[in-house]
Amino acid sequence: MDFDAILIVAGSAVRLATPLLCACLAGLWSERSGIVDIGLEGKMLAAAFAGASAATATGSAMMGLGAGLGASLAMGLLHGYASIDRNGNQIVSGMAINMIAAGLTALVGAAWFGQGGRTPSLNGDARFSPLLFGLDGLTLVTILCAFFTWLFLYKSRFGLRLRAAGENPAALETAGVSVRRIRYAGVAMCGLLCGLGGTYLSVSQAAGFLPQMTAGKGFIALAALVFAKWKPIPALFTCLLFGALDAIAIRMQGISVPGIGAVPVQAIQALPYVMTVILLAGFVGRAIPPRASGIPYVKEN
Amino acid sequence: MAFAIELIDIHKRFGTVYANRGVNLQIRKGSIHGIVGENGAGKSTLMSILYGYYAATSGTIMVDGREAHMRSSRDAIALGIGMVHQHFMLVESLTVLENILLGSEGGFWLKGGMEKLRARLADLGKTYGLEVDPDACVADIGVGQRQRVEILKALVRGAKVLILDEPTAVLTPTEADSLFDMLRVLRDEGKTIVLITHKLREIMHATDHVSVMRRGEMVAHFETASTSVEQLADAMVGRKVSLTVARAPAHEGRVLLEAHDLVVRDALGVARVDHVSLTVRAGEIVGIAGVAGNGQSQLLEAIAGMQRLASGRIVLDGQEIDTETSNPRKMRELGLMHVPEDRHRHGLVMSFEACESGILGFQHDEEYGRTLLDRAAVESGLARDMETYDIRPRDPRLTTHSFSGGNQQKIVLAREIERGPKVLLVGQPTRGVDIGAIEFIHKRIMALRDAGKAILLVSVELDEIMALSDRILVMCDGRITGERRPDQTNSRDLGLLMAGISDKAA
Repeated sequence: MDFDAILIVAGSAVRLATPLLCACLAGLWSERSGIVDIGLEGKMLAAAFAGASAATATGSAMMGLGAGLGASLAMGLLHGYASIDRNGNQIVSGMAINMIAAGLTALVGAAWFGQGGRTPSLNGDARFSPLLFGLDGLTLVTILCAFFTWLFLYKSRFGLRLRAAGENPAALETAGVSVRRIRYAGVAMCGLLCGLGGTYLSVSQAAGFLPQMTAGKGFIALAALVFAKWKPIPALFTCLLFGALDAIAIRMQGISVPGIGAVPVQAIQALPYVMTVILLAGFVGRAIPPRASGIPYVKEN
Repeated sequence: MAFAIELIDIHKRFGTVYANRGVNLQIRKGSIHGIVGENGAGKSTLMSILYGYYAATSGTIMVDGREAHMRSSRDAIALGIGMVHQHFMLVESLTVLENILLGSEGGFWLKGGMEKLRARLADLGKTYGLEVDPDACVADIGVGQRQRVEILKALVRGAKVLILDEPTAVLTPTEADSLFDMLRVLRDEGKTIVLITHKLREIMHATDHVSVMRRGEMVAHFETASTSVEQLADAMVGRKVSLTVARAPAHEGRVLLEAHDLVVRDALGVARVDHVSLTVRAGEIVGIAGVAGNGQSQLLEAIAGMQRLASGRIVLDGQEIDTETSNPRKMRELGLMHVPEDRHRHGLVMSFEACESGILGFQHDEEYGRTLLDRAAVESGLARDMETYDIRPRDPRLTTHSFSGGNQQKIVLAREIERGPKVLLVGQPTRGVDIGAIEFIHKRIMALRDAGKAILLVSVELDEIMALSDRILVMCDGRITGERRPDQTNSRDLGLLMAGISDKAA
């Protein structure tokens, strides 16, 4: 592989890592505050649809981004309401969000645009275009988000309280801080980051929305979160690694491997998933989640 | 007279149950005020109300002579009230500094607040002898240190009133003494201390005033100097209780239980029981004293067959036990019964009916049916025990968790004792059990000894060990650090052994 090819693969790795990193950081904010979120997938899908629809309607990519963030934030707060105020089961609530998003985007898409759930193709100002090294603004913002997450989580008052909420909420409450507020802040951050990732999928990476276009990225992001042990900088590198696997898999399609011959395209496409399983099983070691994540905080009965 | 805290007619209801009912309490400024009561008497609930964690159903709280309306702990902190909870309110993954900082960070970024706090801690450390390593992770420090962190948390927030809920439950006697010394220093500096405990000796030792709670009500107030342990105990229970166990002279018979060089390792390979040997004779109670977590639990579980031994031999009534294949069922069949330390985890299934919990471990017995359970036999078995052990309410079909701690413990004791053990292992027989039931349980264990059985008792309550044992072994860090006769030792001596300061000849 020559130098140009490596650059192409690297660029494509970063682009493929972007939505994963968004979802992974989203999960980090939520779980660090004590709320398990398996609804990352659904929130991204909703954002992808809302983003593409708004961009189609207004012809502005930025309007698309606004709609994507809004849709995902709303679903995040719904999950928050179920888990924080109603003390609901967080797995069930997250699954419900995935199912609502999958069904609603396809249904509304078909009703609005009549293209089997797709949105019309975006072009011109309705789609984000590259700014720097072939990367667009959303990708650059996402990478900055990883650093800001690190900064806020470890160096700010808000981050300290968020970490306490996920480890021992009673300690936070007796220190005079409302666990409820901190956890809502966590799920709101989660919603916004999923919105960023979802919008990126349909308004930057692809030129429009396709039904089920998230294709499990929300779940791979959860795996990446475990792999990164709920830490922001490792999350950045884990997602870049997963993105690189994806990029190499795409690059290898149709290439004949010595001794084996042409590798079937399905095998290549499965490679990132197989590698994810191997990496998770073999290299992650002991990953200890935030101690109180998934447990509703009930102050008084 | 100035009162730091005045509670007037406080009621607190959870659902239909009153945890506090018409409580009145006055706490003088600059005093150490003890609050005693049995488990479930409503002490902790009352203090949680005072700390703004729970809202009272009705009633008035006066702080410094002014009526206070507290909606959260934040309000209590602002009024100068600090609390050290029984279960520490610390985040283990954070450092000492971060834990103290939490909630009073003093700015959006942590840096400035951290520098100031570091200086403040050094200052407080000098004034009160409360030194801690600010950069240690809380998960890595011991319970005594954690308690300091909790006290520092309150002081840094400017607490004038410090509430401590069962502060000595996890401390050695020596650590407890130094805690009380520290509290006296704080009092002399003008702080007001509220000490909640069920240990009457501590009340007599450390407080100026004492109030007694029973079933959610405040039943008596005393000047500590003009009351006695007996008077307090009677007020707590509401009737005459005897705190000493009548003891007949021991008639020790042949050796029923022998353990040689037992070693138990945990998952990380650390020896939790480190070459422990002991013997228990018929008609003898051997007590194992020690601070919780020094290998007593593992020792008991290893003998009962619940944990594998890394090495060592066990001989039961002259019969060598195959420790490779031993399990609790085999041990029970050989006559070794076990009252586990943690009745919720190992002794009972809380969601089972009481009569079902009452046959756990004996469900194979033919008397309960061959293939299907004979419900009538199961129920009548417990109904009989309920009479003998005065277990209330007398309904074998109630779920286990609807019984109080003392009654649950009696279900376990009855199950193990009534089947005629040769050897009985007893772990923490009175943990979370009220005084009335303690009296009964102690008598029962003593009766078993007088009937010529061998009893191995593990307890973190020194008073219990001293009252029941014929011989006391002290464990620290997995090893036996000393052996004493109860009449030739005292809590200070045992405390040193518990801290691992080994024998300088008794």
